[in-house]
Amino acid sequence: MMRFLLPLAAFVVLVGFLFAGLGLKPREVPSPLIGKPAATFQSPLLHEPDKIFASKDNLGKVWLLNVWASWCVSCRQEHPVLVELAKTGIVPIYGLNYKDKRDLALQWLDEFGNPYTASIVDPEGRIGIDYGVYGVPETYVIDKNGVIRHKQIGPVTIEALEKKILPLVKELQV
Amino acid sequence: MSPALQSTNQVCHLIMLALALILFLPAQPGWSKEAIPVAEDPELEKHMIELSQDLRCLVCQNESLAGSRSDFANDLRREIREQLKAGKNNQEIIDFLVARYGDFVLYKPPVKSTTYLLWAGPFVFLLIGAIILYTYLKRRRRQIEDPVLSDQQRQQAEALLRENKGNNV
Repeated sequence: MMRFLLPLAAFVVLVGFLFAGLGLKPREVPSPLIGKPAATFQSPLLHEPDKIFASKDNLGKVWLLNVWASWCVSCRQEHPVLVELAKTGIVPIYGLNYKDKRDLALQWLDEFGNPYTASIVDPEGRIGIDYGVYGVPETYVIDKNGVIRHKQIGPVTIEALEKKILPLVKELQV
Repeated sequence: MSPALQSTNQVCHLIMLALALILFLPAQPGWSKEAIPVAEDPELEKHMIELSQDLRCLVCQNESLAGSRSDFANDLRREIREQLKAGKNNQEIIDFLVARYGDFVLYKPPVKSTTYLLWAGPFVFLLIGAIILYTYLKRRRRQIEDPVLSDQQRQQAEALLRENKGNNV
C-alpha cells in the first residue's frame, strides 16, 4: 500500500505547487520602493513646456502619479477609469508622460480626455528609472510626506481602485 | 553583333565576374551580424556588457539586460554606461538598480533570510535523496539472503548445466 501511497502523495504535493504557480503573476515584480521616499524630480509640463513641475510642491497632499504614454495599449484600457476618478475629485492624478512624443501625447489627451491635474514629461525615461518603472501603465500612491505607499502595476481597474487605492488614499488623507 | 547585344554580353560578363568574386571571397568573421557598438569607448562598452549580463531585464524576464532588445533594457544600459563614465564601480551600480527594481534584477540572488531555502534547497533535496538511497540499499541487502540449496537442488542444477553445455557444442 505504502509503495503507491507515497508517490501519489508526492504527486499531489507537486500538483499543488504547480497549481499555485498558475495563479502567480511573474510580471508583477514587487517594488522595493514601497514605504520609501519617492524620488524628487523637476521636469517640464506637457501642456506648457516652459513651465517646470517640481514634485516637492506636492508635499502635504496625497496624490497619484500615473505613468502613461500614447504608445501604451493598456493605458487606453485604464484611461476611462482615471477620467472618472478625476471627476470625483477625491485625489489629484499627476501624469508622467513616459518616453512619448509631445504632439502624440497631446492628441491622445484630446481624444480620450485629460484626467491629469498636470502632466509631466519624461521623454528619456529617466524619472521612470528613479521610480522603478518597467512597464507602462504604472500608478503610484504618494502620501503627504512624499513617501510611496502603493504601486499599481498595469492598468488601474475599478476593482483595484475600490479595493486598494481609494481606501488607502482615504486613510492617508486623514 | 549589334551594339545592344554586345553591351548585354558585357553586362553578363560583369555579373559573372562579380558573382565569382563574391563566391571566392574568404568568409570573414567580421561579416557575422553583431550589434553595432553604440559607445565611443569600447572598453567602457565591454565593461557595461559584462556587468549587465548578470542583470535581468524586467520586461523580457528571461533575458539579461545585456541581451534584451527591449526599450527598457536599452534605457538601463544607457544608465549603466553613464554611471560607469561617472566613475561608479560595479557594486554602486548594482545597488542603484536593486534599490529601484529589487533583487529581481539580479540573476544571482543574495543570500539572506528569504532566500535561504532557495540556496540550501538543492542540497537539502540531495541529502534527502542520499538518505532514501542508503536506507533502500540497506533494506535490500537484508532481503537478499544467501541462497541455500539442498543437495537435490544442487544435483538438478548441475544436470541442467551439463545439459546446456551439451546443446551448445
